[in-house]
Amino acid sequence: MVKIAPAEITPEHVFLNRRQFMAAAGVTAGSLALAACSPATLSNTSAPAADAEPALTRALGAEKLPEALSLAEPTASKSQDELGDPLNQFQEITNYNNFYEFSTNKEAVASEAAGFNPYPWQVQVTGLVNNPLVLDLDDIYKRYTQEERIYRLRCVEAWSMVIPWVGFPISALLKDADPKSDAKYVRFVTVYRPDEMRGQRSSVLEWPYQEGLRLDEAMHPLAILGTGMYGKPLTNQQGAPIRLVVPWKYGFKSIKLVVTIELTDSIPATTWNDAAPNEYGFYANVNPEVNHPRWSQASERRIGESGRRDTLMFNGYAEEVASLYAGMDLSGNF
Amino acid sequence: MSGRIRSDERSSTMGYLKEHWFWWAVTLGALTPLALLGWRAANGDLGVDPVNTINNLSGRAAMIVLLLSLACTPLNTIFGLRRALTVRKSLGLIAFVYASLHLVNFIGLDYGFDFGLIFQDAVLDKPYILAGGAALLILIPLAITSTRGWMKRLGRNLKRLHRLVYAAGVLVVLHFLWQAKAAEREEPLIYAGVLALLLLVRTPPVRRWLVAHRTRLVGPKLPRVQTMPQTKPIKQSGD
Repeated sequence: MVKIAPAEITPEHVFLNRRQFMAAAGVTAGSLALAACSPATLSNTSAPAADAEPALTRALGAEKLPEALSLAEPTASKSQDELGDPLNQFQEITNYNNFYEFSTNKEAVASEAAGFNPYPWQVQVTGLVNNPLVLDLDDIYKRYTQEERIYRLRCVEAWSMVIPWVGFPISALLKDADPKSDAKYVRFVTVYRPDEMRGQRSSVLEWPYQEGLRLDEAMHPLAILGTGMYGKPLTNQQGAPIRLVVPWKYGFKSIKLVVTIELTDSIPATTWNDAAPNEYGFYANVNPEVNHPRWSQASERRIGESGRRDTLMFNGYAEEVASLYAGMDLSGNF
Repeated sequence: MSGRIRSDERSSTMGYLKEHWFWWAVTLGALTPLALLGWRAANGDLGVDPVNTINNLSGRAAMIVLLLSLACTPLNTIFGLRRALTVRKSLGLIAFVYASLHLVNFIGLDYGFDFGLIFQDAVLDKPYILAGGAALLILIPLAITSTRGWMKRLGRNLKRLHRLVYAAGVLVVLHFLWQAKAAEREEPLIYAGVLALLLLVRTPPVRRWLVAHRTRLVGPKLPRVQTMPQTKPIKQSGD
């Protein structure tokens, strides 16, 4: 019989995880300056097409992590994204969350999630891999350099934000797991704790939430697992301690509270696609030319702004990711 | 309207309130969300997304108040609650105020008065906008003709014209239903159910059946309900 070490279940574990996160992020701030701005480093991680590299560097946003990660104040290395648009405020990002596990009211999620304790946390990488992994947060922070990524988030509901995430490319984790040759897709699953998340006790969606990417999408250097934001660990309402961030897809693809990452050979079921297959496709790439059945996706409202702005193809990351979909019918594969 | 109330006024304020407390309570109650919204706006307390806050509050208030105004006539027909007729017009006008706020927020704050974009992005691609817009278009002549002058001028045609409110009700429910996510159709479906019920009890066979049963139970206290109370001018209700 396996005994659980007391340290695994004590509240100190939570505390330690957060401390370790900050320490790890702080230590790596210097090296990140190199990592994030060096195309060579990126190539090592994911080997993007050579012609995409300058654009990639542009889209990656930050050149270095803020050094004062342990400060109480939210900190980012820049005040705007690579297109020149300002970051959304910490308060906006943490008080406007689509997170049905806690509430369908975006502005109520923060308070609903406030008492949630996700720790201790483990992520398992399983399925068609040669090296299945079970990682706790400590492993994750130690193994994978945490970088700042300033990304636009475009919700399928036609609002958007600019968010300075902290995280690491999923490709790094997938490489460690060593996908088998027949692995074609990656399935992500949210933790299932209906006792602690009242949304999961309702029938508003099928629980637990699950999402999926094609393996090559997941391996793209822009796709990250987010662990922090504004130089701080993720808040509960953002899906702490670990979530997906895929900036060229609608926000619902960026699944929160990830516990399972499974490599599969067939297309995984995804929650919103199951709920309304005509409205939410598997790909869900941001595309101003493919309308939602109930509304246009040609424009969006940036939170904090009045009026509308044009929605950009692939949310402004077309240079980096369009090649993933070369020759594909984006209207049929919405 | 205030002129009419004054004409009914008794010598004392108490008498006036005794006569009109229901109208004031319902009217002020229906305007409370608007006052709260104004208070929140004045304090910069409209949340992370004020456009969305105003949109949801004004839209929901318009929907609910319109349903309440549609409930007045059946409340009188079925339950003999004659007071309900006194607030019908007031509720209809307040629903129109909320719907107008909803539209102004949509055009001004959401779309920044970019009419080209509204036409292309909203009207052509969002069917629920068309339904909502049509509902508001219908409510405009109903609001205009709610003055005493127009009521006199239109006579019996007023009743015919104001039957358009049923179409507006259906369009508003469709508007709400069409914009809702599949997972969140519960609330609009509740309104749809309420509206269906309110329209159903207006159909002659159902109304006759309900009135007959009501009369058998509580006696024929209100013979005039047989003459379709929604056709009566409001001023009779204050008798």
